[in-house]
Amino acid sequence: MNNDLILLGHGSGGRLSHQLLDDLIIPQLSSVPVKGQNDAALLNIGGVKLAFSTDSYVVDPIFFPGGNIGDLAINGTVNDLAMMGARPLCLSVGFILEEGFSKEELSRILASMRQAADAAGVAIVTGDTKVVPKGKGDRIFINTSGIGALEHNLQIDGASARVGDKIIVNGCIGDHGIAVLSAREGLEIDSGIKSDSAPLNGLVTGLLTLGPALHVLRDPTRGGVATTLKEIALQSGVTVTLNEESLPINPGVKGVCSILGLDPLYVANEGKLLAMVAPERADEALEIMRRHPLGRDAAVIGEVTETSAGKVQMETLVGGMRGVEMLAGEQLPRIC
Amino acid sequence: MNYSDVFRDKELVQGLAKRIAELTRGRTEPLVFMEVCGTHTNAIYQFGLRSLLPPEVRLISGPGCPVCVTPNSYLDCAVALCRLPDVIIASFGDMLRVPGSSSSLMEERAKGADIRVVYSPLDAVQLAAKNPDKRVVFLGVGFETTAPTIAGSILAAKAQGLSNYFVLASHKTMPQPMAILSADPELQVDGYICPAHVSAIIGADAYRFLCEEYKVPCVVTGFEPTDVLQGVEMLVRQAIAGESKVEIQYSRVVRWEGNAKAQAMLADVFTPFDAPWRGIGVLPGSGLRIADKYAEFDAELAIPVQVEELKEHKGCLCGEILKGKVAPFDCPLFGGKCTPESPVGACMVSSEGTCAAAYKYGR
Repeated sequence: MNNDLILLGHGSGGRLSHQLLDDLIIPQLSSVPVKGQNDAALLNIGGVKLAFSTDSYVVDPIFFPGGNIGDLAINGTVNDLAMMGARPLCLSVGFILEEGFSKEELSRILASMRQAADAAGVAIVTGDTKVVPKGKGDRIFINTSGIGALEHNLQIDGASARVGDKIIVNGCIGDHGIAVLSAREGLEIDSGIKSDSAPLNGLVTGLLTLGPALHVLRDPTRGGVATTLKEIALQSGVTVTLNEESLPINPGVKGVCSILGLDPLYVANEGKLLAMVAPERADEALEIMRRHPLGRDAAVIGEVTETSAGKVQMETLVGGMRGVEMLAGEQLPRIC
Repeated sequence: MNYSDVFRDKELVQGLAKRIAELTRGRTEPLVFMEVCGTHTNAIYQFGLRSLLPPEVRLISGPGCPVCVTPNSYLDCAVALCRLPDVIIASFGDMLRVPGSSSSLMEERAKGADIRVVYSPLDAVQLAAKNPDKRVVFLGVGFETTAPTIAGSILAAKAQGLSNYFVLASHKTMPQPMAILSADPELQVDGYICPAHVSAIIGADAYRFLCEEYKVPCVVTGFEPTDVLQGVEMLVRQAIAGESKVEIQYSRVVRWEGNAKAQAMLADVFTPFDAPWRGIGVLPGSGLRIADKYAEFDAELAIPVQVEELKEHKGCLCGEILKGKVAPFDCPLFGGKCTPESPVGACMVSSEGTCAAAYKYGR
């Protein structure tokens, strides 16, 4: 195989993405070694602690059940800041538009961006627009960057998982990925599934009241819950054990996954977070989540069981045990 | 409770595992059962079924993944076709990563080839209708399960009068490799977990000759955990009693005679040929190619193309793994030079491949 080319799988959020970052991008751009990746950088500027994050959105189709590329771009960066325990303050927006893109569609996207920003309580304060010739882009790409305030002294990151921690998810997994997939041309599946795209900063504000019992927050976007947990297990040097029976999964998501041979554990989410919480405060964390509209279906899905290996394993529905790995390349539908 | 939840009931599964353990307790030699369907391989790993079975029962994987048994030569032909400027390749997703002699379709896509992932061969027919100035080639790979839908796509293209839809056909049929494996003195298989989808088409009667000629028990088994373990229990009972017969565990779907309509469609559109299997070799009458009367849809005949010289990957044990002689973890390339991101052999490519399942679930 030729290893000189960028493949679609390098953008999947799975192991290929990690290899690209670790082997090429980070070593060339950063003089400081980076151990694992968190959702945002933490900055201390003259004694003021900030979180800073950026993300680009290239989703196809741009309109899908439950949202569009615009609100996704706002929620995504808001969530990346929130996952560091920061209060999102303001965002920048960069548009790359393809010649011939409809102004009406752009207007709809802008309206939903404004609505999403208002819902998250963030301001869009700067931006940029470029237009590329027809055929040199795919209608619209959006980049958002954001700054958030860190108003606590807690250590919340992917390297802070500890043995005994309970792993909590705020609701059903895989909705976003399946909603987008179902809306894709050529795949006429009426799954009834809507994207879960939503700002999670309100939910995080509640969880921060747990104080030092809150160890890790991470949104399982591309690569899904499996890849995100594997990242955390590697960053923290722990073994995570999931319980398949307790995974909240919408029946529609289960159905589409079963037809296409996909695993919901690897399907993208845009309004979900994984929290790792000290066991003695886990029930309280669950209560906090369930009181919030975005956490009604919150569930404990597993725990950190050992201090070694960077491993994720799962007790299956039927009581068997199996390993869980990072997404390898793209998740591709199987033949039969 | 969903319909499928009944077949994933923890207590039922644990009860079956316990019964199998009781039946086999004290055996000095383990009973070895082979599954010859990638979906079974995947289900066994996905539900962690091996961890529930006693050491007296060993499950091994055979040549059941359609992508895995597709030889390099086929991939090389697909790669050559995708380099033609007016060709769109339409394929099921898991073919894209399979390495040919020097490239893969995913790599060719990154270089600019027009390669589309479709979910049904009929999508590829639509693609041809929408792109009259292009030639659309569907990669017709798979066992008896997939072949009827591809036969259907050829009939649909004919009915629509399309002259730009083609199939690069390399379908395989299942009973022949099972006979070869049964006759292999190096391999001791005490019973087959026969495929579910394939059997729904060809019928359980298709395995009767295996029981008669090779004295090997066969149980047609479904994909849910209770199905698989019940199938294993039926095989254990036959093996202990010294019997060799075909039984249907998956009676909610599979009939003795199979699906006559699908069989008729296969007989109309395809014709048997001596197909090459990766790692196993050419097996007489084990493949389906497009019949002469539909030759206009045969990409191999209709689109002449220069195919690169065949190169086999050194050190790859896919062939032995497909025959169940070597376990994935025993291949020197497994997890090192050969990973799902950079597969050397096809067993690591498809989600149904033995090595891919072992890498994803078994470590």
